[in-house]
Amino acid sequence: MSTGTLYDKVWDQHTVRELPTGETQLFVGLHLIHEVTSPQAFGMLEERDLSVAFPERTYATTDHIIPTADLARPFEDDEAETMLQVLEQNTADYDITFFDPDSGAQGIVHVVGPEQGLTQPGMTIVCGDSHTSTHGAFGSLGFGIGTSQIRDVLATQCVAMEKQDVRRIQVNGSLGTGVYAKDIILKIIGELGVEGGIGYVYEYGGPAIEALDMEGRMSICNMSIEGGARAGYINPDYKAFEWLKDRPHAPTGDAWDRAVDCWEAIRTDDNATYDDEVTFDGDAIEPMVTWGITPGQALGISERIPDPESLPSGQKETAKKALSHMDLEPGRTMQGVNVDVAFLGSCTNARMSDLREAASLLENIGRPVADDVRAMVVPGSQGVKKQAEEEGLADIFRSAGFDWRGAGCSMCLGMNEDQLQGRELCASSSNRNFIGRQGSKDGRTVLMSPAMVVAAAVEGEVTDVRTLM
Amino acid sequence: MSTTTDKTVTSVRGPGVPVRGNDIDTDQIIPARFMKEVTFDNMGDYAFYDARRNDDGEWNDHAINRHPNGEIMVVNQNFGCGSSREHAPQALMRWGIKGLVGESFAEIFAGNCQALGLPTATANADTVQWIMDQVEADPTVELTIDVDEETVTVGDETVEANVSDAQREALLQGVWDTTALMKSFMDEVRETADSVPYLNGFAEC
Repeated sequence: MSTGTLYDKVWDQHTVRELPTGETQLFVGLHLIHEVTSPQAFGMLEERDLSVAFPERTYATTDHIIPTADLARPFEDDEAETMLQVLEQNTADYDITFFDPDSGAQGIVHVVGPEQGLTQPGMTIVCGDSHTSTHGAFGSLGFGIGTSQIRDVLATQCVAMEKQDVRRIQVNGSLGTGVYAKDIILKIIGELGVEGGIGYVYEYGGPAIEALDMEGRMSICNMSIEGGARAGYINPDYKAFEWLKDRPHAPTGDAWDRAVDCWEAIRTDDNATYDDEVTFDGDAIEPMVTWGITPGQALGISERIPDPESLPSGQKETAKKALSHMDLEPGRTMQGVNVDVAFLGSCTNARMSDLREAASLLENIGRPVADDVRAMVVPGSQGVKKQAEEEGLADIFRSAGFDWRGAGCSMCLGMNEDQLQGRELCASSSNRNFIGRQGSKDGRTVLMSPAMVVAAAVEGEVTDVRTLM
Repeated sequence: MSTTTDKTVTSVRGPGVPVRGNDIDTDQIIPARFMKEVTFDNMGDYAFYDARRNDDGEWNDHAINRHPNGEIMVVNQNFGCGSSREHAPQALMRWGIKGLVGESFAEIFAGNCQALGLPTATANADTVQWIMDQVEADPTVELTIDVDEETVTVGDETVEANVSDAQREALLQGVWDTTALMKSFMDEVRETADSVPYLNGFAEC
């Protein structure tokens, strides 16, 4: 087992006791909830006549079903309206803070948590959403949980969990122009596989990781779960502290200074030991794209799609299924693949630096979205939306032909009106290219960085963004 | 704390349903558009909704169509990867599944199954292949996942399987529903809450 890592330290600080199952009863510092996975948990509480133990440690927002065009109530979609009403009722009944659509703070749960300064180094954070790993960017431990566990957390502020091994993922060197955090994580998942992280928590580090801004770090940690890891984190440094300072829920005054001392102390020790270590060369990473139906089916933009017969036996059938679904042939690169939709959004890539980079690129290219491409930007939160509008980014997107929408999960998973139609192929800054993920069972998803989405939108086909820089 | 309860699960038994393929994700098990309901009551109707249908909406030859009475699902690698949605195991359970055996399971999915009292036993690729073949040859053959012995029995033949220590204890002791158990330690929970730096004004860390 690992020793002296941030994971070990945070785990120990939050251990309540060992359970008879051998699992640890772990105290949860921050519980985030949304409308899709929480109503059943509140229902279970009611059935058992239980209350919420620490209502001040749970915060709610709405993101999965929220419309991104028209927020007028009642929503056009009756089911979405009901889900929101149930969340309104539950948060009111149990005295839980709700960042509702009128608050100016609503957004994707993994954008809102950090933005509000709720996400802090050294915390345990859970949410009924697998991308809770995002919060690891601040040196917290973020775990996605199921609804029965949400019930546990509401009733006890704890989860029952087994301790994992820790794999250090070292990324050396520096990224080239046109290469971003998203490319690093797609490279890692492509190499280690979508099941490679089972049994592990990932600690990302090394010069290429430390050079990333907080948004980039969130993109990396966000997709830990796509690599099978239970969580992913980066040791907190001055960038994390500066990012948090003066946020609404960040400590203030003397407490801030003490907090920074605590956050420094929670970092992995120099003499820590890991259960596994893997090293990547950041200089060698090029813009990445997926060609298949799992995030692990990823390759560099100049690399060729593999022949399924050349793959290890465990990957052949999925590769064949992927090529059939995507209507692609082995031996070609992804460059030139026709794009119908460009989606810039999701908890992976819809924060300020993502939008700034994309807008700046769009301005430099100086050409609008290709005629036959439906392009949209969905900011990660109302806060991001407002700031992007103030900075003029929204105007850049709109004048180039992007639809500028409201905050939410949107086309990442197609639970609102933002969905692929038929066999449309989407250049997407989201995190999953599963069959049916973006709302159409025949729809096709190619995952890439926000900059690559802009390139694809302008050219109407998958394009190496470096050729436009 | 080793007393058994009425929630004890020592073994599960029933006909099999072999769902072949690696990396079968939660969006295949239940597409997100069916999660716009505030209870799990109807989730059984949505299990593998798209995967089990042709374009015209008719059922295809998906395993759950061929084995409508299946109660033990047999799967390959990394089953249940993707979302943390408990809707996925809820859909399978409400469709009729009592337990799963496979090469490997995504961890959140396995944890969600455990929280519902559904065992997720693992076995090596050859063993899983053999079980799948047996079930396809005779869909009525009974499968038993023995959580205590860590075996899977197909008809008269018994093979080795693995149930994680925590899941095994949770099922055998009937404490897979952890709310009441953890609630009984609330004094200790409050002690821990008082000791974490961010809840004591960072007075100590």
